[in-house]
Amino acid sequence: MAAQTTTAASPQEGSKPASTWILPVLAAWVVPGGGHFLQKKTGRGALILASVGLMFFFGMFMRGMMFTPDKGDILTTLINYGGFICDIASGAFYFAAAMFGYAAPDMPGAVHDYGTKFLVTAGLLNILAMVDAYEIAIGKKD
Amino acid sequence: MPKINLSHFEAAFLFALFTSVVMGITSKKTDKERLNYGAYCFACFLFALFAIGWIMKLGHG
Repeated sequence: MAAQTTTAASPQEGSKPASTWILPVLAAWVVPGGGHFLQKKTGRGALILASVGLMFFFGMFMRGMMFTPDKGDILTTLINYGGFICDIASGAFYFAAAMFGYAAPDMPGAVHDYGTKFLVTAGLLNILAMVDAYEIAIGKKD
Repeated sequence: MPKINLSHFEAAFLFALFTSVVMGITSKKTDKERLNYGAYCFACFLFALFAIGWIMKLGHG
């Protein structure tokens, strides 16, 4: 009976301390692919860096708009805050662009619109990379 | 900073390429699975690109 109670795994047993994954996840946010580089997954890190970086640069070259956290009606607020979070998720690329004064206005036109989507998607892809770095750090993935 | 003007197809192709690479890397556990899944995603993107393009063309007449 006692053996049965000790074999039942508690929910806490599977969780890893934050110290094992916080650094790779932060590195993955600051430099896309950084979490993979930190965990010696160089090839995958380089591909993530190239994909997120090129996506971001193409977005800038197409003069995509960077979102700012402005409030308005519920839909405007949702779009602006969501877009801002996605832009920020690109990490160093976003901060470098903001530091060097990149601020393309919201203009009509397919190319600008694609640029805005490219900038947002670069951040979303980096969020995927952060999750992957987390899973590698906790041993769920190789 | 240079400014580029991509066509719809070029922009959608690049979008599909970069997204497929990251989705392939982050979704699967072995390199072979990653390559297959990345290629599958890319093929799906291109299929959707052409299919939706034709639907819009036929819909507009």
